[in-house]
Amino acid sequence: MSSTDLLPGTDPPVTPRLGGLPVPPIRPGQRNLRFFRNELRLTFFRRRNQLLLGVVALFPLLIGIGLKVAAPQGGSGPGGGGGPSGAGQLFNQLAGNGVFLTFIALALLLVLVLPLAVAVISGDSVAGEAGYGTLRYLLAVPAGRTRLLVVKYLAIVVFAVAATFIVTVVALITGIALFPHGPVTLLSGNTVSLADGLWRVLLVTLYTCAAMAAVGAIGLAISTFTEHAIGAIAAITILVVGSEVVDQVPQFAAAGPYLPTHWWAYFDSFLRMPMDTTSIWHGLLSFGVYAAVFFLIAWARFTSADVTS
Amino acid sequence: MTTPAAPAASPASPAPATPAAADLAIASTALTKRFRGGQLAVDHVDLAVPQGSVYGFLGPNGSGKTTTIRMLLGLAYPTSGSAELLGVPMPDHATEVLDKVGSLVEGPAFYPYLSGWDNLARYDAADRSVNPRTAKQRIGTAMERVGLTAAAKKKYRNYSLGMKQRLAIASGLLRPRDLIILDEPTNGLDPQGTREVRALVRQIAADGITVFVSSHLLAEVEQVCTHVGVMRTGRLVFQGPLPELRRTGAARITVHTADAEMAAKVFAKLGLADPAAGAPGVPGDDTITAELGDAAPEVVCAELVHAGVGVRGLAIESPSLEDLFVGLTGEGFDVEH
Repeated sequence: MSSTDLLPGTDPPVTPRLGGLPVPPIRPGQRNLRFFRNELRLTFFRRRNQLLLGVVALFPLLIGIGLKVAAPQGGSGPGGGGGPSGAGQLFNQLAGNGVFLTFIALALLLVLVLPLAVAVISGDSVAGEAGYGTLRYLLAVPAGRTRLLVVKYLAIVVFAVAATFIVTVVALITGIALFPHGPVTLLSGNTVSLADGLWRVLLVTLYTCAAMAAVGAIGLAISTFTEHAIGAIAAITILVVGSEVVDQVPQFAAAGPYLPTHWWAYFDSFLRMPMDTTSIWHGLLSFGVYAAVFFLIAWARFTSADVTS
Repeated sequence: MTTPAAPAASPASPAPATPAAADLAIASTALTKRFRGGQLAVDHVDLAVPQGSVYGFLGPNGSGKTTTIRMLLGLAYPTSGSAELLGVPMPDHATEVLDKVGSLVEGPAFYPYLSGWDNLARYDAADRSVNPRTAKQRIGTAMERVGLTAAAKKKYRNYSLGMKQRLAIASGLLRPRDLIILDEPTNGLDPQGTREVRALVRQIAADGITVFVSSHLLAEVEQVCTHVGVMRTGRLVFQGPLPELRRTGAARITVHTADAEMAAKVFAKLGLADPAAGAPGVPGDDTITAELGDAAPEVVCAELVHAGVGVRGLAIESPSLEDLFVGLTGEGFDVEH
């Protein structure tokens, strides 16, 4: 058996079946890419999903305008001194530098809006297909159960990354348009160049993408258990909010680090000098483990369950 | 290689009834599905669908046809037993063989927000063994074949039921196939649509493709089928060539005579089963009927005349296929041998 036979469906006997049509050899990767591109098209051309991204984009704009109106030049932010860390401190920094609007927007949207957007896409991914009945046709094509699941998850990740970057980009443009910009003063008090500040914006955004990719895996897993997309979306949302609530209860502090949402807020580690890399790695490890475990759950369920829709 | 069991209800039938396993497009052995609730949906079904046949898979709603088809396609996993599609075991090797099988399972299912064309492109993109470069040509041909070219750009949600059904058949024709499985392809269609589907099935079969078509109405498939399998509450109660099903129907002889009493005695002497008086007609013209069995009608007639019975009329009536089908699937008739 040659190494090309490892990928199913690429064996030569299949190709001549196309009869009289001229068939130049096609690499298997190309066919998988075609399926993935089609999945992306389906995701990003669907009106509902476009609307979702539009709403996500609207938030940083509104937050920027709102903060501008509430805190005119020079005055201290609406937090009025706020807490020693987190969003309160971020608000204070905004008055001095528009770049901080990206951090504020991500911090605020990370609580519910971004996970909700990812919940809609991931909860719908398998359950939606089952609900339409298209799942049985995809499997009869045959798309391959594992292959379908991988394509679905990759599309979820692309959507999560797109949504997160939309927040960052809209916030950055809004922040620079409405507030002064220049060298960035970090939460630790040090001042870095604007270029360094933008580099940190990118890192924070990527960290948030990783967090959302983990949510996507949880959503994918839940989605394989039902044919009602709305049920899956609700379950993911409850899970996220529940985890955030439990994370706030001091008595459950011991469980905190193991919650799926616990490490989300640690992106302010990027805004200190030196960066708190321990927290960052802990966070990324947590997202990685959640993504891997829930993708495996999704795979175990999806490859063994009857498709009855 | 497993040897599929002989067709369930065809003892000592002529040559084509038990083809070798290699000639079977679909073969199953004691295929069984028990739902989680404990309900036995499919009970030891031994399908034998010869290559090149048009196989009518009949049975009332809820008799286990769709569940059987789902297992054949690897969508559902059997509780026990096994199935082979074109000689390949299912569901373990589903991805190796399903590209040679076009299917319509339990009605059409597409993305309502996509056009008919984009829907076919979606299923085509999922197929890893087709050439992407020929996609346009293949989708166009499939749409043309079912007469949907004009509606290709229309959103699926605006399709009529008949168009949806035809689009589903088109998705089965996106590439050359060896086997087409159609589950209730005429469900919900008007007589016109039913006729169109029947014509399509004929066309497909004329290309030498094996067609496995399920229906709860015999009349819908009777005209196109070469073989039939009849399901009843999860069991395959008949399987074989269509003429063989016809033969299982007991023909009855009806005699018009003034001397019914004497005729009954002749029937008894000849061993005709189930004699019964016909509807009382004009005095002096009674009718009497009985199952003909193996007796030749001319012999019965000669015996009647020999016994001095004045035969005014004699008729042989075979039950229609519909009667046989209802007999097989309806209440109170047990054909399980």
